[in-house]
This record gives sequence, structure tokens and C-alpha cells, in this order.
Amino acid sequence: MDISILWYLVPSVILFICGVYGFLTRKNMIAMLISLELMLNSADLNFVIFNRYLFPGSMEGMMFTLFAIAIAAAETAIAIALIINIYRAIGNTNVTDIKEMKF
Amino acid sequence: MDSVGNVILYFVVAIAMVVSAFMAVTTTKILRAATYLLFSLICTAIFYFQMGYQFLGAVQLAVYAGGIMVLFVFAIILTHKPNDKTAPLAAHRQFVGISASVIGAVLLILALFKMPLAKGLSLSQVIEIGGPTLTMHDIGIALVGSEKFQYLLPFEAVSVLLLACIIGGVVIARKK
Repeated sequence: MDISILWYLVPSVILFICGVYGFLTRKNMIAMLISLELMLNSADLNFVIFNRYLFPGSMEGMMFTLFAIAIAAAETAIAIALIINIYRAIGNTNVTDIKEMKF
Repeated sequence: MDSVGNVILYFVVAIAMVVSAFMAVTTTKILRAATYLLFSLICTAIFYFQMGYQFLGAVQLAVYAGGIMVLFVFAIILTHKPNDKTAPLAAHRQFVGISASVIGAVLLILALFKMPLAKGLSLSQVIEIGGPTLTMHDIGIALVGSEKFQYLLPFEAVSVLLLACIIGGVVIARKK
């Protein structure tokens, strides 16, 4: 059996769809951030797959993913700092309870 | 023609990845969701290793599965009491979520199978075309060079971004 490009792309699609579902249905901000990480991870995976199968000799997709991982780390750190701050202000982390930008 | 071991590894990892991604968005306990996300990230790292990007797989394990997951668990423990469960979903919310993801899945799968780029190359063939695996030397030169296909400017921009992120995190989370 040959592992073709579609074999890798299909799990990546399912990962993205799971992320979309979680992002739309969850109310807790940390759970929404987890869904966001799933979607971002599937996009990273796609960069690497297309790099491997369509341009096997180069490594530009891999470099994109490297930088995307670095930026995702920064973004998650800031998001979690914000969430902890919101928790201090209103006592929970539900998106539906946030009515104003500045506490 | 790929080896049987590679195919078996692929199936095990793909199934584990899909199941843990699904559980991560449906489980009611938030700490379990974070753990399922961790499994999903580790499975992605195994895919990177299987495709021959060892450095990228190691970065995924160290930064994502190591660093970001620690941040998540830290935040969950700070903001949740033990045995907190998420409230059951409102029916319209669940309807919106399911319809959006089903429509999205159908469109993406259709696009995937209509796509003209599926040339039918197998993994062993592309790894053979790609030549020997990337060495640390190649990656290091590409990261700090300033010619075509080299990434000195984004590399420095990321370092400035990380500095801004450290300062921003301290300023946001500091007690008044």
C-alpha cells in the first residue's frame, strides 16, 4: 500500500473540523483556546505535508511551521495571561459573562 | 511501495490523533480536554518524524507538547475547582456547531478529492526524491542566512515578538 498525500490530508481535515466544532460550542475560554490550538496544528501539518509531497527537495513549508510554532507559543502565553486576569476580575472564564473591555 | 511497518504506524497514529481530537472538544472535564489535546499534538509530532522532518518533530514535542501544555494545565488549575464540569450545551448552540462542522467537512473533503495535485507518489518515493534527511547544518544555515530561501529577518522578528510577549504577559498578569 502506498501512503499518498491524501492519507495525511484527511486526518488533518478532521482535526480542523473538530477544532471548528469545539470553538463554536464551548463557552469556557480555555476550552476555546484548546480548539484553536487544534485548528492551528492542522494548518501546520498541512504546510509540512504539501512541502513533503509537492516540493520534496526544499524545506520552505517546514520553516513556515517552525515560525508558526514559535508564534503560537507567544500567542498562547498572552491569551492565558488575559484569561487569568479576566478570572480575577469576574470569577469565571465564560465568554458569555464578559460584557465590557475594561474592568 | 511503502513498508508494512510504515502503513501500520500510519494507521495507529492517525486513529489515535482523530479520536483524541474528537474527545478534546467533546469531553466535559477541561483538564481531560487538555490531556487529549496533548495526545493529538504528540501524534502530529510522530507524523513529522515519519515524513522525515526530525528537527520539526522535536520542536513540536518540546515547544507544543512541552511548553504550551504546561501553560494550559497551569491556567486550568488556577481558574477551575477540581471536578468542575462544563454546563450541558444549549440545543441551538450544538445545532450551530454541528451544522457548521458538517458543512465544512463536506466542502473540504470534496475539495480534497477534486484536487488535481494528487499525483499518487508514495511516502518512500518522495523521501527518495528529497534526498538524505535534513541535517541540523542545513536548518541552521537557512535560519541565519540572508539570501534567497533563508530566514534571518523572520528569525529576528520572532525574537522581538517573544520579547514583546514576555513584557506583555508580565504587564497583563501583574497584580495592581
